[in-house]
Amino acid sequence: MATQLTRAPAVLAPAPQRPRPRGDTVGNWRWSQRLAFGACWAAGIALCVVAIAIVGYMAVRGLQYLRPDILFSRPEPGLAQSETGGILDPILGTILLTLIGIVIATPIAVATAVWLVEYGRPAALARLVESGIEVVAGTPDIVLAIFGLAVFQLHLFAPISFTASGGGVFGRSFIAAGAMMSLIALPLVFAATREGLASLPARLREGSWALGKTKICTIRTVLLPQVRRNIATGVALGTGRIVGDTAIVVVLLGASLRIDPQGNVPGLSVLRGTGSTLTSYVYANSPAGEGNAPQKAYAAAFVLLVIVLLINGAVDLLGRRSSHVELGV
Amino acid sequence: MSMYDEVGPADPFLEDDVPSLPPPRRRVRVDRTPLPVEPGAAPFARVRDRSSGPERMRLEGLTVNYAEARVVKGVSLSIHQGEVLALIGPSGCGKTTLLRTLNRLTEATATASRGGRVLLDDQEVEQIEVTALRRRVAMVFQQPNPFPMSIFDNIAYAIRVQNRKRPGRRELEPAVVDALRRAGLYDELGGDLDRPALRLSGGQQQRLCIARAIATRPEVLLMDEPCSALDPKSTAVIEELIGELRRELAVVIVTHNLAQAHRVADRVAFMYLGDLVELGDVDQVFEAPQAQRTRDYVAGAFG
Ligand SMILES: Nc1ncnc2c1ncn2[C@@H]1O[C@H](COP(=O)(O)OP(=O)(O)O)[C@@H](O)[C@H]1O
Ligand SMILES: [Mg+2]
Repeated sequence: MATQLTRAPAVLAPAPQRPRPRGDTVGNWRWSQRLAFGACWAAGIALCVVAIAIVGYMAVRGLQYLRPDILFSRPEPGLAQSETGGILDPILGTILLTLIGIVIATPIAVATAVWLVEYGRPAALARLVESGIEVVAGTPDIVLAIFGLAVFQLHLFAPISFTASGGGVFGRSFIAAGAMMSLIALPLVFAATREGLASLPARLREGSWALGKTKICTIRTVLLPQVRRNIATGVALGTGRIVGDTAIVVVLLGASLRIDPQGNVPGLSVLRGTGSTLTSYVYANSPAGEGNAPQKAYAAAFVLLVIVLLINGAVDLLGRRSSHVELGV
Repeated sequence: MSMYDEVGPADPFLEDDVPSLPPPRRRVRVDRTPLPVEPGAAPFARVRDRSSGPERMRLEGLTVNYAEARVVKGVSLSIHQGEVLALIGPSGCGKTTLLRTLNRLTEATATASRGGRVLLDDQEVEQIEVTALRRRVAMVFQQPNPFPMSIFDNIAYAIRVQNRKRPGRRELEPAVVDALRRAGLYDELGGDLDRPALRLSGGQQQRLCIARAIATRPEVLLMDEPCSALDPKSTAVIEELIGELRRELAVVIVTHNLAQAHRVADRVAFMYLGDLVELGDVDQVFEAPQAQRTRDYVAGAFG
């Protein structure tokens, strides 16, 4: 018997029993913890309610007034709502302005990010560049707008905006507004590209350098293709911000009823001209603005909301794809 | 009454039975790959001709500093064609740093500075244009690092000078296939060179990196622990490959694995804290080391 016991000591020495932990359920919590827990739930649900309320209200009001002919007809000056035409020009204005902003912002932002991550010397200059971009990112859009107005009213920039007969430079045009809009998108594209580049492993670069490739060649052929997704995400975020901006449109695009070309060079005349976007259209026609076409304002607001939601969806999709991009190196 | 009381002290006679001390520690061999029973019985037919080829590189009093810290302290040695030189030594003793100075990759580290001379075919490496130097002194890294492109593009990228589009695919195909053949990878691929390189297994990826490195027909091949991320089977394949490659170029291999150094190397350099402690033929270093430190290191690892 004794020999058996010595062979199987585990039978006689069971693991020491510890007090059973009290279950981690709300019932065992202190009152302050329960309160905080409830508040967290309430906050989350309240946000959902707000989001649903916005989308729901806009959908109801928007769909109530949205007719296909509103989307495809130009706005008209008119006193009664039925005479005010459609929102074709604001839609085109939004698209054109976004394109200009993104086309200006993307190369500058990507080039800056590449320089900062891959070169970044002297270090003091790199810090300066980073703080500079932070300042641009933090500047309120209305401040950017009036600064842009001050700049583009200089005689130097007369060729890109409407010039009054007396020689006064108007300073308002698609180019002027697009240039300032690019400052809104630039920090987002820059940050996304920088994050992407910084997350690439050093051995990818060194592998290329060790083959006798220059830094530039490495960046172009090995690194940039790897951060395409990051750039796309940044561009999508920037697009969302440009589409939603109002201040720069009102101040720098003129917020005229229709796209109003200046001069008679095709294409360029539109860029030099003024116009409006969905945001400025909503503002001008809402009861807070001149308030003469609130139904059209709701329809335009709904279209704007749909565009922004679609862009957000695209950002999500890009982000999700890039998280499991097969970077097995 | 607490639940602890229910157990109480264990039976008195059991206490003798419970070992009061953990079992004595056994010496654990550092490497896991099986040692060859004797050098002749290595897993591949080894051509041990002692006649090494012409000298390719020479280091004269090479020192490397990272900021203030000196990590390579006056190393002089020569590297010959047709010969595998293994750099061994404990972690952090400057093996990787030494290797990276040979193709001037340490220059990518801002804090690194170099003293002494490094000569490639009697020419200072400083005087060779750096991209040209790196095409002549190729390197394989510890982690397989194929580029996220197709297998073909990985090697074509290495062959093309910078970003030139010419030569095109048709002109490059023979050179690419040749590099893959020499790296012993071509037959496994079954002719499909358009697969993404990252889909290959770790061992295949490392051989792709070797193919990429030798595609420009370098004179010297630097390998920094090329098998440390691989399984024993891939390791054996790569060791065999090194035995093949040494005929046409000079190979310098850093390895933690002494058994591997024993299997692949012709000469062995033992480094300790930045000093070159011992340099000699593989048999001499492993069987009759001159320095006490080498004796300890080799004995410790072979146990
Ligand atoms: N980029 C670096 N900057 C500063 N110190 C470094 C750097 N790389 C390596 N070192 C230091 O240099 C010493 C040698 O490192 P390394 O050459 O990698 O050794 P080994 O390859 O023999 O393990 C180590 O002490 C390490 O901390
Ligand atoms: Mg190392």
